[in-house]
Amino acid sequence: MSEIPLTSSVSKGCFVFKSASKKRKRHVGVGGYLVDDSDENGSDRFRICQKLWETVQTNTEVIQDQLNKKVLDSLAEFIKKHGLGCSSDNWRQRARETPTAALMLGVNVPDHAMTFRSLCNLLQDSVTPFVVSVHAKECAAVKLLIQKVLEQLMGRGVSVDEEQEDDTALLQRTQCTISALCQWYKTVTKKCTQVFPQRTESLTNSDLPQSLPVVVIFKDFEAFNSQVLQDFILICSRYTQELPFIFIFGIATSPSAIQHRLPHSVSSLLCIEVFHSLSCTQHLASVFDKLILNSQFPFKLSSRVIQVLVGIFLYHDFSVQNFVKGLQFSMLEHFKSQPLSMLCCQKQEALLSAKTLSKKNVERIRHLPSFMRYVETQEPQEQVQLLTNDEHVKEVCQQLLKNLHKYHKNYYPILQCLHSLTSSLPKFPLGKHIRELHVSCIEKNLWETEEYDSALQLLRILAKDELVAALRKCAEILKSTKILQNVLQQLEDFIGRLEALEGVSSEDSSGNGIISGKMEYQRTDLFQLQKTLLEKESRRTKRMNPFEVLRSQVIEFIDSLVREYLTPAELQPLNEVCYYNSSGVLRQRLNVTPRTSIQAALSHPFYYLQNESLKTDAGTISSAAPDLCIVYKLHLECGRLINLYDWLEAFLTVMSAAEDQDTNSEECGKYDSLKQLFQRWNFLVSLNQQNRRLTMWQD
Amino acid sequence: MALIKCPGYPEDTLRSLAERLPCRETQLATLLALMGQPDQYSYPSVFIYGHRATGKSHVVLSIMKDLELPHASVDCVECVSSGLLFHQVLSAFFGPDAAALLPRCPSLSDFVRLYKQMSSNSPATQTRYIILDRAERMRDMDFSLLPALLRLQELVNDNVTVILLSEIVWEKFRPNTGCFEPLLFHFPDYSKAELVQILSWDHHPSYTPELYASYINILLGVFFSVCRDLRELRHLAVLNFSKFCEPLEKGEAKESDIHKLWKNIEPHLQRAMQTVYLREVSSVQWEQQFFFSPLPVVLSAHAHIELPYYSKFLLIAAYLASFNPARTDRRFFLKSHGKIRKTNFLKKHEKTSNHLLGPKPFPLDRLMAIFYSVVDSRVAPTASIFSQISSLVTLQLLSQVGHDDQLDSPKYKCSVSLDFILAISRCVCVCVRLYRYQYYKFLNDTQPYI
Repeated sequence: MSEIPLTSSVSKGCFVFKSASKKRKRHVGVGGYLVDDSDENGSDRFRICQKLWETVQTNTEVIQDQLNKKVLDSLAEFIKKHGLGCSSDNWRQRARETPTAALMLGVNVPDHAMTFRSLCNLLQDSVTPFVVSVHAKECAAVKLLIQKVLEQLMGRGVSVDEEQEDDTALLQRTQCTISALCQWYKTVTKKCTQVFPQRTESLTNSDLPQSLPVVVIFKDFEAFNSQVLQDFILICSRYTQELPFIFIFGIATSPSAIQHRLPHSVSSLLCIEVFHSLSCTQHLASVFDKLILNSQFPFKLSSRVIQVLVGIFLYHDFSVQNFVKGLQFSMLEHFKSQPLSMLCCQKQEALLSAKTLSKKNVERIRHLPSFMRYVETQEPQEQVQLLTNDEHVKEVCQQLLKNLHKYHKNYYPILQCLHSLTSSLPKFPLGKHIRELHVSCIEKNLWETEEYDSALQLLRILAKDELVAALRKCAEILKSTKILQNVLQQLEDFIGRLEALEGVSSEDSSGNGIISGKMEYQRTDLFQLQKTLLEKESRRTKRMNPFEVLRSQVIEFIDSLVREYLTPAELQPLNEVCYYNSSGVLRQRLNVTPRTSIQAALSHPFYYLQNESLKTDAGTISSAAPDLCIVYKLHLECGRLINLYDWLEAFLTVMSAAEDQDTNSEECGKYDSLKQLFQRWNFLVSLNQQNRRLTMWQD
Repeated sequence: MALIKCPGYPEDTLRSLAERLPCRETQLATLLALMGQPDQYSYPSVFIYGHRATGKSHVVLSIMKDLELPHASVDCVECVSSGLLFHQVLSAFFGPDAAALLPRCPSLSDFVRLYKQMSSNSPATQTRYIILDRAERMRDMDFSLLPALLRLQELVNDNVTVILLSEIVWEKFRPNTGCFEPLLFHFPDYSKAELVQILSWDHHPSYTPELYASYINILLGVFFSVCRDLRELRHLAVLNFSKFCEPLEKGEAKESDIHKLWKNIEPHLQRAMQTVYLREVSSVQWEQQFFFSPLPVVLSAHAHIELPYYSKFLLIAAYLASFNPARTDRRFFLKSHGKIRKTNFLKKHEKTSNHLLGPKPFPLDRLMAIFYSVVDSRVAPTASIFSQISSLVTLQLLSQVGHDDQLDSPKYKCSVSLDFILAISRCVCVCVRLYRYQYYKFLNDTQPYI
């Protein structure tokens, strides 16, 4: 029985296929997936991968904190100001306005959680312990919203103060009101002033007992039911005297969402200030700088992979969080699929492991395309050595790794220099963002592209002050990296010479002035004027002034730098160790197409079910396959139009071949449900309902 | 001012009450007359209606507080369940211990029983009042609650009166099964003169009342046409007074130079009407603008939303699907659509603007079909495209309609404006106008005149 899988009907919704090898180990550690029988250093790779992932995580957190610092600080300032100032000016109390911060977060919803977490922490540490954050999903009604607020606040009160526990346990559902919260708040603040008198004094600067505001954060403002929000705001505004509420609206779209959601009678109870968080593109740029354009980070992405990841970001979700997830996935995939990725770590470590390469891995290195290319460029004798002597390969390998690290070290500063030079050009011939430039650099020879030529053309007509400023920026970039000192030296030399030209160029311009002065006196016919102008033009083309000469030298120099340092990564020997380049896998995994998977499942059931009996040749229809697959294959054999009766007949024939029993009525029922399923999936569209023999249109 | 007399209440309290409630003397007198002497039975239920900020709750609550009458004041917005209402009433009349006797989910009969029990222990010496603010919310509660409260006096056999306060008329309350008719009582809007009188009350101590009165006159000259809400006007008066006094403090004008002061404040007030009044700028920012910074950008100015590339196209497609008739899709989105006869193309019932009719729902398939034809490159139908649709729904740029067939063919509506779509399409370089049915109709309509 276990041999023949039960694929009787789709109506059962699931097929049970027992795995052939039952003795497979159940508990394989996470690292175990990388360990193969044929591979001895899987655990090493896993360790490296984990270490790298940790650095990625800490780096992204640091970046997030840095970027959010400004907006979070200003928010905290806002809350502090209102928490203290509110009681002093009593007119606002009369108007019953609740201070409200509209925090604009952008549409990248997955990233918001992190921002809110750090906001909560910041507020709790520095402003007030009473911070509540609510999610629209949990608050479908006002009652639930109030309950949520009370739970979070009072629960926190309990955790702060152990004695209160029995009091709050008495809290009944019926008393779940803001007035109950008021009572609780009074007792707690009284206790707070007793427990930490210094702290409250420092916060209030006066002896007002009520000062700690209650902050309610609405994480996803748009998703809230507007009636719920209105009621909640109305209720809270009744208690502003006793309970200093402050709202924070997390808004993904635009501040006008507030006006769309709340009528004037309610929004007049709010005192709204807008806070903008950093845009997600800037966030991505800084993550990109830190993780990808960084020679310290050994794992690299090929141009295709970067394009896939950035494409998902720009075209689909704007979520930095998902971008980092994508990076993590490609990292795992790289370390899993590429055994030589054990060399993808810091320089010293990589050299050490290169010394102790196993025989198998040496063989693998010999099969790397980039290594083979390298071998071809060598002398014949050397080639023989490389192909036969393992020890020699190891030594060469170390040298090549050193070269690779050096290449990266030089590559990024020069890339930044080139970007700073070209990013101010009109129309951005080499891209607005550094990531675009990076992608085109590692993909192909940059200097062979048209865009590069046009960029150089534009650089050749830069004015002097612009050129000097751009070169200064480059010099600064090089200074901060502390490598390529000779390049820096040359650059500074150029800058000095350009500045020394000051006197010369002014002399030149004064010469022009004399000519124009002469022109004014002459003032004759058009022909004369044309002639003099032409003359002037030709003179200029003939004789370049010293600045122009120097400028072309500078451009030549930059060009030579690009040709030397910004070579494509694919040309570097052993680049496969560091570069992950299977963009197809990445696209398949991160940007899935449900319809393709359905089709794959239907036409190749073996692909998903992994049952030997389902393995079939192309073109044949096995009766062992699930009935759904049979119907699908039969429907593929028809043309654009399907006669349902014929289709049913064909289906019955295949099925009866399997069972040779007379269960036609059952089969017909099955067939009917399958047909409906196909319609649901839009594989079929009914064409003519009146006919008894339905004819279907194949989509 | 007619002296208000009402036997059974101390006269000086009544006088001070009348002074504290300017322009509401007649209403005060009528209410007091209705209430009768403290120990007399009053009418079982009174329904008071009038616009926002016409002093309904203020008058009633002032009477209750000044005359120290037993009362329970409940805001119906807060009563998310009827149990909360019962709880508040009982605890106001008989103390929190009585309210604690209510069962977990109290019914109306629980409330009546408990009330009876309590009132037999402590019978009312004075009329007890239950004041229900924003009574229109009662209609959403239990359907039997309102009729029962209207004749609570009979039910509990106690001297109790229910006063309902609402902004809408009684006709909208009446349940279809019929009920006891409460006494209707209207609070009219304040007239302009009355508003001046009331607003002049809170004049600044360091300036003369005459100056403040003239300030209020100027303020009302600007705002009276758009806003008669006393509370809002008062808020605006306080906000802008410092600006009004600026020339006085600098010594540029005297209190008598009303014209000069008017010239100074008028444009400022006009600006306030467009910003602070609409809450485009918060009141704090409005105040600070004189001292620190220029006015921040108003709220509605940030209408632009950064969206991922395909989301923009999805929104455009949704807009077109919502406002174009489905039968014209062939014409707009198929390459070889052939020629279309004008008479057929424009149906008669579609002559009215689609924008007046609002967006129409469309199935997911149609959205995707339009989407694929609007996007110039080939797009795979990936899961992230579908997830973008649902994230657009959570951002309320699209809205989902109909909940019956969620899995098979969910239907959506586009809920953004044409301006928004035009701004987006400018970003992605799509000429939405070419696809808009409305545009063609417009051409067709105007052609005879060109």
